[in-house]
Amino acid sequence: MRKRIPGSLANVIGLVIAWVVIFCLVSYFSPSFATSRNIELLARQTTIVSMAALGMTYIIISGGIDLSVGSVVALVTVVIAWMLKAGYHSTTALVVGIAAGTFCGIFNGLLVTRLKVGPFIVTLGTLLIVRGFAKGLAHEQKIDAPMTWLANLLEVLGPGDRWRLLPYGVWAMLVFSVVAAWVLRYTKFGRYVVAIGSNEQAARLCGVPVESVKLKVFALGGLFAGFAGLMQYSRLTVGDPTVAVGLELDVIAAVVIGGASLAGGEGSILGSLLGALIMTTIGAGGSQMGLPNWVQEIVTGSIIVISVALDRLRLKKV
Amino acid sequence: MRGISKRFGATIALDQVDFEVEQGEVHALVGENGSGKSTLVKILAGAQPADEGTMVLDGRPFNPRNPMEARRQGIGMIYQELALCGHLSVAENVLLGMEQSHFGLLDRAEMGRRAHAALAKLGYPKLDTEAPVKSLPIAARQVVEIARAVAVGCRVVILDEPTSSLTEADVERLFEAVLALRNEGHAIIYISHFLDEIDQIADRLTVLRDGKKVATRPKGELTEDDIVALMVGRKIEAMYSRSPHAPGEPILEVQGLFGPDKPTGATFTLRRGEVLGVAGLNGSGRTELIRTIFGLDPVQKGEVKLGLHVGPASPSQRWAEGVGMLSEDRKLEGLALRLSIADNLTLTDLGRLGRAGTVSPMRQAEAATVWIDKLGIRCQGPGQIVGDLSGGNQQKVAIARLLYHGVDVLLLDEPTRGIDVGSKEQIYQLIDQAALEGKAVLMVSSYLPELLGVCDKIAVMHRGTLGEAVPAAETDAETIIREAIGA
Repeated sequence: MRKRIPGSLANVIGLVIAWVVIFCLVSYFSPSFATSRNIELLARQTTIVSMAALGMTYIIISGGIDLSVGSVVALVTVVIAWMLKAGYHSTTALVVGIAAGTFCGIFNGLLVTRLKVGPFIVTLGTLLIVRGFAKGLAHEQKIDAPMTWLANLLEVLGPGDRWRLLPYGVWAMLVFSVVAAWVLRYTKFGRYVVAIGSNEQAARLCGVPVESVKLKVFALGGLFAGFAGLMQYSRLTVGDPTVAVGLELDVIAAVVIGGASLAGGEGSILGSLLGALIMTTIGAGGSQMGLPNWVQEIVTGSIIVISVALDRLRLKKV
Repeated sequence: MRGISKRFGATIALDQVDFEVEQGEVHALVGENGSGKSTLVKILAGAQPADEGTMVLDGRPFNPRNPMEARRQGIGMIYQELALCGHLSVAENVLLGMEQSHFGLLDRAEMGRRAHAALAKLGYPKLDTEAPVKSLPIAARQVVEIARAVAVGCRVVILDEPTSSLTEADVERLFEAVLALRNEGHAIIYISHFLDEIDQIADRLTVLRDGKKVATRPKGELTEDDIVALMVGRKIEAMYSRSPHAPGEPILEVQGLFGPDKPTGATFTLRRGEVLGVAGLNGSGRTELIRTIFGLDPVQKGEVKLGLHVGPASPSQRWAEGVGMLSEDRKLEGLALRLSIADNLTLTDLGRLGRAGTVSPMRQAEAATVWIDKLGIRCQGPGQIVGDLSGGNQQKVAIARLLYHGVDVLLLDEPTRGIDVGSKEQIYQLIDQAALEGKAVLMVSSYLPELLGVCDKIAVMHRGTLGEAVPAAETDAETIIREAIGA
């Protein structure tokens, strides 16, 4: 057998090249783009999508999909703000907020595994249900909360904080990414996720506890959506039940650009992060260059289709 | 296994079959398509429950509720359609469901060693255990699946037609693996249509026919002729209708046709008023032949000439040219089960049911009613959902579609599969009627008495290549089977 570059590595190299090309292109037209402050800005902006993409990567690799992410993020911002306003300690607010996100994930997972309804339909339903709860809890208004450290996770670094290089929230996202990638590759659970996405029948035949793994995957999706919600709160510093509408599509796009197949079995954490970064760079670069919003949308949409089409071509050749 | 019986609806798949296999032997299971081989091993492997009968494994009663339980107790089945996860590595596939782990963390080195040990037993010590399975050639994938059974400690390994998609060199290597297993003391049940293979590796063989066990003998006691005679049996049925047909001008001429994988060489001429039968084993390329003619698979080489039309065409063009196809898979490809009879029946030609692209439900129902009456489809009316009908009536709807469309050439793939005797008889009459009206019929079937009873000419497909068509009166079941298995 001839020596070959593993498909996953080729995929990552391709994404890095794509990002560098986009970055250079923007920098050429707008020389002020490539400053360290701007790169830090990119990192901050990509954190919310990246955080949610960690969970989505697991879900998509297992052959599922989660459309409720945006609503879960909104709910989490509302829960955190509500807790803080009610006078709870910031740590309690944090824990309850993340727990709310995880609960939404478990709810999705239970519906998928017990009722045997497809994840697309289930999460389309919970997209509305969760959004409704968020609005109800907030009485359809933004909730202003007292300032705590929770609102500083994505703050612009002051002169005294330069040693940290990046805000805490970005660091958290990077650490979680490493853990998520490691779990996917080196644990029984991670391998079962891939096995189910690759061939569910075969996995079942071999005694893989398919339902329980799926449930855990959705719970994980909810957990990371919870963290994405925390980051969203940190950025807004208020609880907003109408925030992050359509976020799920950005997240899915990031995962798919990153090389995942909606048919399951394929995808990587690193790829998804790069996918998220590419999307953010296009957005930030577009505004830097003064492109109107509608042009940015056309460009982003085209990138999604082109990147997946290129990926299919590459797979065909191998 | 003692007195195993299994029925599917009205069909008796297995009737009081006794079967045993000993350690250190390769026991071949042979029989025609549909004789019950696959059903028997599926029951053994826990994929289907038996209706009657008992099983004993190593002196203990054995009643697996699912395939995993059977594997844990030592019976591993390698399926025709491979049950592998292409994105996982070889080692991960071999040990799927029984990974080596400490608190959920995989011990990759140990997994690699165990997978390697299992593969080495099969004569594949050099297979890279870290390579993803989808990058492997098909023969190696099969070995990975056998290794899975070995690694879990299965003492009985079932192989269901493992060579149907292998090249000859791969078959040799697979046999080495199978013999290595046997010499280790495993019991192997080997299903195959190819008598030369059985001659090569089996110690004993059991012949099934129409769900009954005909014989179990040591290999040396039977010649190939004996086996063929046992497989075919003798049965005369008077349910076939064949009026004298008067073949007219050629309407479908196929010259040296090659498809993407199969067929590999098919040449024949079909005339108006003629019924041509295509015999052959499952996987010999009969379905692919029809698909390629109909334009579902691309033509790689060769020519399809249809009356005045020459060259390949898409399925929609074929319909326009007056060719209709009946798929062997009624539920997946043939019918839209959730739509009504009328919708299914008129789908290929909605244009005549209304003006300017509209479809009048009234005219659709009228058109459907005509064919429901003509074919005696038992239903509540044209609006009934097709999925609610019996198999035989569903099949009649599928055939009525071709007749409604008014095609001149009918390509029928297993037109009587899985339907009751009464409906079969009616379908034979329909085929006969079509030929009398000057239509041409190409019919693929696994059931030889039916081909011999209905067709004017029969051609046999063997590993992708179609033999010469001979008049049905000049051939018999034994000759056809012999050609089909390449004996």
